[in-house]
Amino acid sequence: MSGVWVIVENQNGAISPVAKEAIGAARMVADELVEDLTGLVFGEDVASVADAAFDLGCDEVIGADDATLKDGRVEAIGPLVVTLAEEHEPDVIMAGASTRGLDLTAWIAADLDAGLMSDCIALEVDGGTIKATRPVYAGKLLSTVYIKDGVQVLSLRSRAFSPAESTGGSGTADWVDVAVEEDGIPSKVIGIEEKGGGVSVADASIIVSGGRGVGGPEGFAPVRELAEVLGAAVGASRAAVDAGWIPYEHQVGQTGKTVSPDLYIAAGISGAIQHQAGMRTSKVIVAINKDPEAPIFKLAQYGIVGDLFDVLPALTEAFSERLG
Amino acid sequence: MKVVVCVKQTPSTTAVFSVENGTVSWDDPGGKPNIVNPWDEYAVEEAIRLKENHGATDAIAISMGDESSAEALKTCLAMGCTDAILVSDPAFSGSDSLGTARVLAAAIKQVGDVQVALFGKQAIDGDSGQTIVQTARKLGWTPLTSVSAIKEIGDGSITVERLMDEGKEIVQAPLPVVLGTVKELNEPRYPSFMGIRKASRATIPQWTAGDLEIDGAYGGAASKVDWSDVYAIPAREGEVEIIEGDSIAEKAKKLVDRLFEEKVI
Repeated sequence: MSGVWVIVENQNGAISPVAKEAIGAARMVADELVEDLTGLVFGEDVASVADAAFDLGCDEVIGADDATLKDGRVEAIGPLVVTLAEEHEPDVIMAGASTRGLDLTAWIAADLDAGLMSDCIALEVDGGTIKATRPVYAGKLLSTVYIKDGVQVLSLRSRAFSPAESTGGSGTADWVDVAVEEDGIPSKVIGIEEKGGGVSVADASIIVSGGRGVGGPEGFAPVRELAEVLGAAVGASRAAVDAGWIPYEHQVGQTGKTVSPDLYIAAGISGAIQHQAGMRTSKVIVAINKDPEAPIFKLAQYGIVGDLFDVLPALTEAFSERLG
Repeated sequence: MKVVVCVKQTPSTTAVFSVENGTVSWDDPGGKPNIVNPWDEYAVEEAIRLKENHGATDAIAISMGDESSAEALKTCLAMGCTDAILVSDPAFSGSDSLGTARVLAAAIKQVGDVQVALFGKQAIDGDSGQTIVQTARKLGWTPLTSVSAIKEIGDGSITVERLMDEGKEIVQAPLPVVLGTVKELNEPRYPSFMGIRKASRATIPQWTAGDLEIDGAYGGAASKVDWSDVYAIPAREGEVEIIEGDSIAEKAKKLVDRLFEEKVI
């Protein structure tokens, strides 16, 4: 068994952000193991994606270019990866922990009878074994896990790893046939609705969140204004969502989204443990709260004690000046 | 058409954890320490709705776990599931996701004539979300995860809306299927008073390894993954810096300066 494989998830000819992070992490793992890094590029019209994978640091690329692979269906891509893995016997298979990446790694591990570590936030290579850190118990505890034997399959949490950067590398991809024809794929994608407008909390590098302290739906106005100046996503605590002030898609926390932006600004959020579970891996946390005893200040690097309706507009103005 | 919903008993969302030598324990000073995994409630609700609105004959809750998981199954019965089965055997203990998938697939086959097997997005203890697709693989059924709406079901096929990272997609697949649900799917009901009374009197059958035809290995010894190293999140180093100043504007400006120094803008 040799070689590190990384799934290069792509859409409309572009490599997805989480796949760039996976390539970056996979490159590190391949270097530590002194093995080659192979990018797996599947889709329709993906020649340019294969070139981009070489440029981001892949030593080899195995590609398949076919209409059946266009929708990213696990029933099309799963059997292809399994067939290739049985032929080449890689040591490691990695992917970003997107919805598709999670499906695909679970499929691959099931069919290869392999161990699987999902949603990893840090990796360390110890001998020939990858030790992965992953949050458990809804982010309240951490676990360092490893796969005892056989191929190591893992998925990486979005924004936990630095994306691979251009290396100027190039190469010729090894193009292979699909494993299943359309007739053999039970599920059919009959409609797609791309997400419109606004930055989603899941992939934002900055999040401005409001909680109970915003007091009502209109209280999110200063939160949105600051988010707009920063190009940030708007987040919310469960209290604000349950009160009906903002839709569920904005909820950060144990029963909402788990996020790790570069900057998380929590306004009027006390910082219940369930909220912390969803945002504690943010790089820098800023807390704005009237109550200096609020638990959120224990987690934050910076805090302003004050009314969010005064502090947020002042921040919006200060950022506008700096950012021009 | 029978519908199965797989549920797990997990620590409550407000549970307080402690870890000693890799052994995790918890308690909930404010309530019950164990509950039905919150993500599974959406799957339970949808199973009941498939019975109420789409002609499913049975909505059967299955839980794999120790004997205390019968409590979680009673909650499912109180909500409106028609039957519950506890899949429990000391030999199952320590199974990884694939071992769990093999046991659950065997139980679903044992029920017979199941067209839809529902799961929650993930359990709030292991947080892996891997069992859905792996159970589908062991059954040879189509997995559809992140389902936010069932658009149509009948005539041997199902159409669902899936919430993907880049938007939504509508997918059609022949039955039987394994569905992974998300919160957008529905609003789970509370158990009714009558339901609770009925559930409290119910005897829940228990299936052990000997009752099932499990294809492949399960249990701790067969687990490919070692997850024994569990620990509390290290406390953040350093204290919060409270930004002071004569006016809000000055505080805001100071904070903005700090954030530029941190290079997070």
